[in-house]
Parts: sequence; C-alpha cells; structure tokens
Amino acid sequence: MTSADEKPASSASGAARTAGDAAGAPLLACRALSKRFGGIQALAGVDFSIPRCAIHGLIGPNGAGKTTLFNILTGLYQPDSGGFMLDGRTLSGLPPDRIAARGVARTFQNIRLFGNLSVLDNVMIGRHVRTRAGVFGALLRNRATRDEERQIHARALALLEYVGIASRAGEVARHLPYGDQRRLEIARALATDPQLLALDEPAAGMNRTESAALRKLLERIRAAGTTIFLIEHDVRLVMGLCDRVMVLDYGRKIADGAPREVQSDARVIEAYLGAGAGAAGGAR
Amino acid sequence: MMAWRADLKRSPAARWVGIALIAATLLVLPFALTSVGTAWVRITNFAILYILLALGLNIVVGFAGLLDLGYIAFYAVGAYTYALLASPQFGLHLPFWVILPIGACVACLFGVLLGAPTLKLRGDYLAIVTLGFGEIIRIFLNNLSQPINITNGPRGINGIDPFRIGSFSFSQRGEILGLDFSGPIKYYYLLLAVMLVVIVINLRLRDSRIGRAWEAIREDEVAARAMGIDTTRIKLLAFAMGASFGGIAGGMFSAIQGFISPVSFVLVESVMVLSMVVLGGMGNIWGVVIGAVLLSFVPEVLRYTVEPLQRGLFGRMLIEPEVIRMLLFGLALVLMMLYRPAGLLPSAVRRRELSGNSKQ
Repeated sequence: MTSADEKPASSASGAARTAGDAAGAPLLACRALSKRFGGIQALAGVDFSIPRCAIHGLIGPNGAGKTTLFNILTGLYQPDSGGFMLDGRTLSGLPPDRIAARGVARTFQNIRLFGNLSVLDNVMIGRHVRTRAGVFGALLRNRATRDEERQIHARALALLEYVGIASRAGEVARHLPYGDQRRLEIARALATDPQLLALDEPAAGMNRTESAALRKLLERIRAAGTTIFLIEHDVRLVMGLCDRVMVLDYGRKIADGAPREVQSDARVIEAYLGAGAGAAGGAR
Repeated sequence: MMAWRADLKRSPAARWVGIALIAATLLVLPFALTSVGTAWVRITNFAILYILLALGLNIVVGFAGLLDLGYIAFYAVGAYTYALLASPQFGLHLPFWVILPIGACVACLFGVLLGAPTLKLRGDYLAIVTLGFGEIIRIFLNNLSQPINITNGPRGINGIDPFRIGSFSFSQRGEILGLDFSGPIKYYYLLLAVMLVVIVINLRLRDSRIGRAWEAIREDEVAARAMGIDTTRIKLLAFAMGASFGGIAGGMFSAIQGFISPVSFVLVESVMVLSMVVLGGMGNIWGVVIGAVLLSFVPEVLRYTVEPLQRGLFGRMLIEPEVIRMLLFGLALVLMMLYRPAGLLPSAVRRRELSGNSKQ
C-alpha cells in the first residue's frame, strides 16, 4: 500500500486537481439555480461560489430551500434552470452517482445510514465509487480484486479511526448513539474522496461536547484539503467555524459574507425574527 | 470472505471434518436412495434444481432486495431455449455445453428486459409487475404455436435430447469404475457439481464490492446513489445474474425431463421458489439451500407416507396427501411468522431488519 492510501482524508485524486488550483478559481460555482415544487418556489435564482478549502456555511429559516439546494448539488433533484460547476466542470444534469464520482459527497439531515449493516460496511460501501472490481473480479477473486478489497478494508478502518469511532467498527450502524451516527455518515462520505463535502445539519441533536468534537473534526477535514459546505442551525458552530456564511430565505439568497457581517445584516435578522423586527414590508 | 475466514480460524479441524462428512454423504446419497426406491434419486434431482432456482432468486430478493414474483419465467426461458435447440421441434441437436450458456444468456437478456422498465419500482409495485411478467412469458409460450409454430403451444415439446458428451449419455444406465450408474444418478452428480459452482458464485458475489452495493441499495437507495453507486447498473446486474441462474436450471430441467410444456411454469412455481428463499432465510445462502431442500422433499415424503399411514390406522384413506400438504404448508407459514419471521437460518442483516430496534 502506498502512503497516499494511508492518508485518511486525502481529498480527490491528484488528476482531478487541475489548473483551477493555482488560479484561485472557486471550487464550486452556482449560477441562477431555480427549483419549483408545484406552487412553491423552493429556490429562486441562487448565485454563489465556494472557494477551495473553505468552510462555507448555509443558514436560513425552516423551508428556506437549504436542503433543496443540497439535493440539487448532489444530483437528487434537477434544477429547473441554472447550473453549477465543480472545479471548472459542469455537473448539473448528471445523476447522483456521477456527481459523487466527480467529487461531491454529502450527509443527510435525517441520517441515512445503511442501518442494518455494520459500521465498517457502511464506510466500505463509500469506497465503491473509487474502486473497480466487477462481477468477474468477484467471481475469480484474482490478485487485483483481493488487493483492492484489502485496501478498501484498510481505508475504511483508517477513516473510522479518523472520525473517532474505530472501536465500534463491528457494531450495527443503527445501534450507534446519535452523535456517532453523524460521525459515521461523515466517514462514509469521506470514503468517496470528495473535493466538496456537503453536510446537512451535522450537529443536530448533539450535545455541547459532541458539537465541539465535531468542530475539531471539520477543521481537520478542511486542513486536509476538503472543502466543506455546511447547513447548520447551531449558530455558535456556524459563526465559529465558517469562513463565509450564506443565508437563504424563501429560496432567495439574502446575504453572503463573513459570519460577523451576516449576523448583523438587517435582512437576515428580519428573516429570522419576522417582519416586525425590521422595517415592515420587505422586498419579497 | 473475511467472516468466512474468521470462522475457519475459530476451529479449522471441526470445520473440515464437517465439510468432509457432508461431502461423503452427498457422494453416497444416490446409491443409498436407490435402495429405498429409484424415484427418490429423481426427486433429489428436482430438489437440486429448486436449490439452483432459489439461489438465483436469492440474488435478486435476498441480496438486492428486489421482490420478484415472476422468477419462474427465467426458468421457462432457459428450458425452452434448450428444448428448441436440442429436440425434433426444429430438428436442431446442439450439444448441451453450447446450449446451456446460450440459455443463460437468453435468460439474462430477459432479466434485463424485465429489470429495465421496473428500475424505479420497489416492494409491492415491483412484485406486481414481475408477477405480470412471469404470466406474460407463460402465456406467450402457450400461444406461440401460431402463426408459426415455435413452442408447440400447450402440447409442449417432446423428445428433448438428454445431456450427452460423445457416446456418454446422461440418460442411460452405464457402468463407471465397476459401479452401476442409472441415468438419474449420473444427472445427480452433474447437478451436484453445478450446485457447488452456483453456491461458490453466490458466496463470492455476496462478499464483494458488488455484493456490498446490492446491500446498500436494499438498505437505502437514495443514500446508495449519493455515495456514488450506479443503482441502475447494479440493479440490472442483480436481475441479470439471477435470471442467468434460472436459465441454466431451466436448461437442465428440460434435458432431465425430456418433455416440457407451459404447465411447468405457472405462478405457483414462482411462489414456491420465493417461499424457499423466505423459509430458509433471505440473503443467507445456506438458509436458502435448506429452505429449498425442505420444500421440495416434504411434499414427496408426505405423498409416500400419508396413504399407507391412513390405511394402516383407519383402514382407508380419509384425507388426500395433497390436502395434507396444503394444510401443513399453511401451518408452517403461521408458525414461521410467529417464531422465525426472518427464516430458519436468517442472514445477520435480515435478522436485524426484522427485530425492530431491540439490541442484539
């Protein structure tokens, strides 16, 4: 095994890191994303970009369109209009598995682990997209397949170690405590070698200690070169961790900037506290 | 693979002794059965065919979690492929080692044909479409005697070639190494070999990257897609693999039986194979084998014991064996639901699925 394999949170393969790196071009660029469900405009022309190695926060009241945006970025929904590019390549329109292969991984707001499988299996499944063995490999169990299996196994264990739940590798995923399930989801997402890790409320239901540990973990992931896009209601976490924060309200972007600016933005306060808090009758 | 190795390490000696005992039993079995009655070897052969079918269906239902109620259609496709290419129907007499792979491929194609339009369906909806598919195939076979006679309709196809290698025919009695081998006994060893291969294929698929992807899809399809699993391809693969095994079993059925008609491929057969998978324990290869053995032997045992038993007890027959069979079947179903909902030998994962939130 090479040393690159050992590095638990190595971000996408070297080949994927191309010209954009030096030029300082954003990793993710979204243009005029819109999505409508029946009579509800879930997203209305959202433009934004995320620089490389950033931790980018996404906040907004319930129903603001945060998860819809995540679902579009991971290919679960197709946008009605607009598009997005990762690392200079257009990803909008691709199915979820292709998008994951290009380097976007996510966790879910309502944890979606493979609940009846072991913790280790969950992470091993995450390696699927970076491994190749097919039916013939499985049947012949030739050298290449055996080596690959060993690497998947070792890498999955390393990732469990990395997020701090290695001691639970053999347990059934859905029997883990809540905080550990969140960690497992992150480990599974990291197993796909993402360039962009999209986390949908990772601290939901965590106590203060767990939340602090999560923050350390996210900082380490970023330091290892993975960009993080984070939906979170825990204001302390968002403000302490994110380089930039974007605010959605009724599917529109109403603010985008450093945490401190956003915190004092009149429109953001209005969105959270209602029209009475600010000037009556907003632009919406 | 890992788990298997771990088991081996735990007590290698005991394990090998067990394997040797089972192997010895399986090797002597047909001769022992012949002494009871020649029909039993034939019954055993059909039991092995059912094991093959159940193992094929286990890939679709047990591994990938796609409920298929029309599985017998692939058996039919394999059987008819063999029958048409090795019978007087078209005057073709290709050797079996050519036709069996063709049969597997044709069945595989039908598997993809069924899989492709049903990719977005799950659970009840998928079950209904596959059920319809199974019936469509049977009705086609029933009616493809006009305008061009292909399948000979409900009269079926007769005079199907047995397996033959040179002058060695599987259907004729012969002497090998001084032992008297009847036709069914020869087929028994062939079926046994095929069964072992299919079991190994199942085990290896289960413990592979593909097997994990099937498990992922069964557990949570959305999460599987988000993790980069091409669910379309992986599901089609499950249908295709399952169908291929059905096709091979069908080809062997054709050759052993020498005659096939659409009556052999009715819905009840699909239900039977599914019952074997569920009774044994979905997803557990050994459980599925046990399920298939039980469900194919018990009715035969009843057939041979119920009548003499009743005549001995009451002097005449009060209840038909068939009625008793259904009664026992119903009773078994109820007992299973109550005491072993995950099957006789459930896979660890299925047991967890059915045990709610209780910790093990």
